[in-house]
Order: sequence, then C-alpha cells, then structure tokens
Amino acid sequence: MKRTLTALLATIPLALTTVACNVDGGGGDGGDDAESAGKHGPITIWYSNNTEEVAWGKDMVAKWNGAHPDEKVTAQEIPAGKTAEEAIGASITAGTAPCLVFNTAPAAVPQFQKQGGLVPLDDFPDGAKYIEDRTGENAAQYKSPDGKYYQLPWKSNPVVIFYNKKAFAKAGVDAENPPLSTYDEFLDTARKVVKSNAAQYAIWPAPSSEFFQSWFDFYPLFAAETDGKLLVEDGKSTFAGDEGKKVTAFWQTIYKEGLAGKEKYNGDAFADGKAAMAIVGPWAIPVYKGKVEWGSAPVPTSQGKDAGEIHTFSDAKNVAMYSACKNRATAWDLMKFATSEEQDGALLEATGQMPLRTGLQDVYPDYFEKNPAYKEFADLTARTVEVPNVPNSIAIWQAVRDAYSNSVIFGKSDPDQAMQDAATKVDQLAGQS
Amino acid sequence: MLGRQPIGIAFVAPYAVFLAAVFAYPLGIAVYMSFYDWFFAAPGAVVDRPFVGFSNYVAVFSDPAVLRSFLNIAIFLVINVPLTVGLSLGLASALNAAIPLRTFFRVSFYVPYVTASVAVVGVWFFLFSSDGLVNEVLGDLAPDPSWLVNSTWAMPVIAVFVTWKQLGFFILLYLAALQNVPKELYESAAVDGASRLRSFWTVTVPGVRPATTLVVLLATITGANLFTEPYLLTNGGGPDGASASPVLVMYQRGIQQGQAGLAAAIGIVLVIGVLIISLINRKLLERD
Repeated sequence: MKRTLTALLATIPLALTTVACNVDGGGGDGGDDAESAGKHGPITIWYSNNTEEVAWGKDMVAKWNGAHPDEKVTAQEIPAGKTAEEAIGASITAGTAPCLVFNTAPAAVPQFQKQGGLVPLDDFPDGAKYIEDRTGENAAQYKSPDGKYYQLPWKSNPVVIFYNKKAFAKAGVDAENPPLSTYDEFLDTARKVVKSNAAQYAIWPAPSSEFFQSWFDFYPLFAAETDGKLLVEDGKSTFAGDEGKKVTAFWQTIYKEGLAGKEKYNGDAFADGKAAMAIVGPWAIPVYKGKVEWGSAPVPTSQGKDAGEIHTFSDAKNVAMYSACKNRATAWDLMKFATSEEQDGALLEATGQMPLRTGLQDVYPDYFEKNPAYKEFADLTARTVEVPNVPNSIAIWQAVRDAYSNSVIFGKSDPDQAMQDAATKVDQLAGQS
Repeated sequence: MLGRQPIGIAFVAPYAVFLAAVFAYPLGIAVYMSFYDWFFAAPGAVVDRPFVGFSNYVAVFSDPAVLRSFLNIAIFLVINVPLTVGLSLGLASALNAAIPLRTFFRVSFYVPYVTASVAVVGVWFFLFSSDGLVNEVLGDLAPDPSWLVNSTWAMPVIAVFVTWKQLGFFILLYLAALQNVPKELYESAAVDGASRLRSFWTVTVPGVRPATTLVVLLATITGANLFTEPYLLTNGGGPDGASASPVLVMYQRGIQQGQAGLAAAIGIVLVIGVLIISLINRKLLERD
C-alpha cells in the first residue's frame, strides 16, 4: 500500500509535466507574422543536391552577399533523406525550416501549407503581381485553393523520351527519326529493340510504389493524350476516363510483353545501356553526356500529334518561404533576386533546366543558339501540366500509384476497374480540406 | 513510506526519468493522437485538429492496405521466430564446442548484426534480383516475377534476410546460456548411452529454456517493429503491398501523407497485438 502510494505521488508530477508539454508549441512566434514580413537581416536557404544547381546556388548567394553585407545568406543543401519532402516536413515540425527552400515540390505544397509551414507570398505588396508578371498564364496552376500563392514558380524539367541512338541502330530502327509518336509505333519500336537484344528492356521507368513514380510513366502520357488535363480538376479526378484508359492499356502492354522491367534497377538503366529509352527532362542532358549518344522525341499519344501540340509533365520545382523565417523582407527580396532575368539566365546556363517564364527563347536567344538541343524543352515549357494543388495531394498520388502498380505493372487486376476505384478514393481525398 | 533505503530512489530516478521521457510520454501522446484527426504542424501554427473518437481505429480495421501489412508481419514472424530460435541454438551449440577457427566463426556470425542494414541490403539485392546469383543457381526453378517483386516470396525473403542479420545477437545469448548448463548432465547422458542428438534434445534444450523465452520474446518484438528492410528492399511496400510492414504503413501515412492520427492508431493496435502475442509466448514457454 505504501509503495503504491509513493509510486502514485511520484507519477503525478510526471503526468502534469506531460500534459503541460502537450499544449502545442508553447509561446510560438505565430503572432509576429506582420512584424516578420517587414524585417531585414540574415537568413538561411536550402537548395537541392543536384551538382549544377549547387554551383548556381553558391554563385547566386555570393553575388547577393557581396551586395548586401547586412543581410547575409547562409546556404546549404537539403539535409539527406529518402526524399526532400520528408526532410522539409520534418524541419517544419521541428521549427528548424530555413527561410527559403529552392526545391519545393508543388505536390508537397498543400501538405506544408496545412501544417502551417508556408508563408503566403500575397502577404508582400508586390507578391502576386511579381509571380504573374514573371510566369504568365501558367502561374494559375500554382495557386492554392484559397487563391493565394504559397510558392514561387521557379524551374521545370519538361519530360520527353530519350532514346539510345546506337541501340536503335542495332535494332534496325531509324536513329534520327525513330517512329515513336503513336502508341502502335512506339510498341513496334520497343519490340524490335528487345527482340534484337539491342538492350535488355526498351524502357525502364521505376516500377516501385513511391507516390511520385507515376509522374514519370502514367502522368506525362496522360497529359499528352488529354491536351493538358491535370489529374484532378475542379475537385474531381479525370484519369479514369477514356484517355486514362488508353494510357493504362498502353503501359499494360509494355509490361505484359516484357518490354519494361518490373524490378527497380539500382542505378540509371539508360546510362548503363540496360534500357534503350528513358522518360526524363533536360536535367538528364549533362548526366548522359559522354555516356550515351541520345536523341529525344515527345512522349507518344494514341493517335499521334504534332510535336508542337504535345503537353507533358512539368516536373517543376519551386521556391517557397517557410513560416519559421524571421527576416521575411530579406527572404522576399532574395526570392526576387534569384528569379530575376539575370539569375534565371545563369540557372539556364548552369543546369539546362527551364525557368518557368514566358518566351524563354526570346529572352535568352544566345543560349539557345549555342545549345540547340534545349530548344524543344523551352518550347515545351508553355505546354506543361503540373500536379493538382489540392488537399491530401500526396495521399492522392499514392492511391493512384498503388492502383497502377497492382493492375498495370503486376497484372493482378483489371486496370480500368482499379483506376476507377482509385478515382473514387481520390475524389473523396480531394474534397476534404 | 520511502522504503528501507530511500537513497535507492535517487539511484533509480535517472532511469525513471528516461523511461518517462522516451517511452511513457510518446506512448501517451500516441494514444492521444489516435483519437484526433492529428497531423504534425509548425510550432506556433494555429491548426484545426478535430476530435474523431474511434474513427481512426475503424479506418485501421477497414483499410485493406493496413490489414495486408498485419498479415505480412504475421507471415514474417511465423518464418523468422522459429528459424531464429532453431538456427541460433544449433549454431551456438556448435560454436560452444572446441572446433577449429572458433573465434573466426563467432566473429563472422556476429558481424551482420553490427552492420547497418543499409550497407548489407546491397548484397541481398545482388543475390536476389532477377539476374542475381540465386536465380542463376536455380535456373528454371527460379520464381517468375523474381523474389523481391513476387508477392508470395517478397516477405519470406525479407524474413530470411532479417533472421540472418540478427543471428549473431541471439547466438550470443544462447552461448551465454549454454555456459550455465552443468557439465555433469552431459556426462550422465553419455553414460546412459545417449547420442549427441539425443543429449542435445534432452539436456541442452531444456537447460537453456530461460534463454529461449528471451529469444522468442525479443525476436517477436523486434520483428513486429520491422521497418528498415521493407523500406530498403522493396521501396514503398513491394509488389502491391505484399511486403509492407505495419511500421512502414505508419511511416507512409503519418509522415509522408500527413495522417498522423491514423498512423498513431496503427501503432497502438500494433502495440496491443505484440503484447498479446508476448503474453501467449510467455505462457507457453515459461515453466516455473
């Protein structure tokens, strides 16, 4: 009895501390939003670990620090994690997020916004205007459901088909103008490649189930087939309709006939010559330089379309300002500096990735003359489709991927039925707020 | 009231605080979270987290992906635990005898346990991928979608991998227990004409029963919390969720998709499940 009493008396202060600590955050800085919006001072930023982007980032920061000694910017790569979104999400919860992250995925923005982790750029007097002036009509795809901008459109990597010219030549396919524009042509070419042993597989998109993998097999073809529809529009899913069915039937044939691998390849299958084609964006050009003699073609559509009409997935990454930021005025000024015409040009030169601006070829004519390989990407930026900015977007993409993986890749169920079930789930998820 | 040696409280206090902070507090928070539509938010952010009663638990029991993950972990435990007990006892007995290169063998069995899974997984990819060593040896007998993308074989492969990896630790436990089996029992068994195998069954196995209870309990508890191997070997749950473990699903739902309340409910269900299985194990194995 005595021991029980003592134990109880000891537990009560512990329990009380637990309850007290549970009151969320405690003394948060949320109320100082208006103050922070006007403050100047040192800030930290994160960028991705892509080699060329890091080089651009260091340069840009050095220029800024030279001109603004009182508003020093400390820059580092996003901390390591399986995905950048997990690292950023964790930092938001911990309150250690930097002021800016130059690699914010549009698909993660609804979640970060829900967590209270993002600053609406409309808070700044020239916020919305700057975004709309720089990015034009496409900026609308980046607005959140509440009508505000929580991200600044930065760069895109429009996705196309890269093919290995040597492998195609070995397979007896015209390596300069290979027939890849309709599904039938694409399948024939793929069959020739695999049959002639020019490569182990015709194409090898990652077959694993991470929520973002559909962006590199299903979604680009869906965007092309539907002339630019998003996965979810006006709160309703669009992918279970006729066009979606055609896309899944195409991929189902590819997997059924063994034209693509069902196991994830450890490395880059295209660079290693295991796959004769890849679905990638311009970020891949420096990666494949010297390794593969590549050519590119737009993603196929069921009936074939003019290259100038084909839409694709943008694979965009944007810049966002995080609520842990104290010196928001400096952060906003840096955002504008880093996305100015001069810095966008520097980004283009360094990485070959396309700034999300209008009229790229007119603004940077010298670059495109020197690098004609990038012209098609600049042209494509006007026809990119983004992930839909809706609540629960990651859960939505996971539901789509699970249905796709089960039915299309592993052939365990009927794709039409599986995607329809996923569509019902997605409608429900997109409708929550 | 403070007992006969009050100074004992001072000695125990640091560990009690550690237990409270690292185990009790998060467990309490998890129970709290599981009754709300909870998600992680920025400190100081004003967010709406409505009370939802048992709906997270209802979701746990009606979501096929979550139920599949519990089935997967059951398959895992059914393969892993007996294999662990059998192999580690057998190997410990073998390593207890005066065989040549004994120290080398002991070290080599222990090394996988202290190596990070991330490093070792590469070897298993090499072995079990569709053009890996195992399939080459098996030739025509190799399963058609290869091991790690085959929904029947993915979890068993992971079970074998984890068994191999943890073997060192359990061999150590058994080696220690074997030292406590009196030599006289082996001698009298030999005098009575028992063969090596017979004396193993009648002297060794009962003699290390306390260690067996411990090994089974530990293997069950660490097995039920399996996360690293499904995460690394099958990226996101394998062919159609066939190698997803409950903790992997918790991670996907709670951290990637921001449904921490649901993840907490899965966690609480897992804790209760493991407690029940451990109680059953103890009842079956303990003989005092």
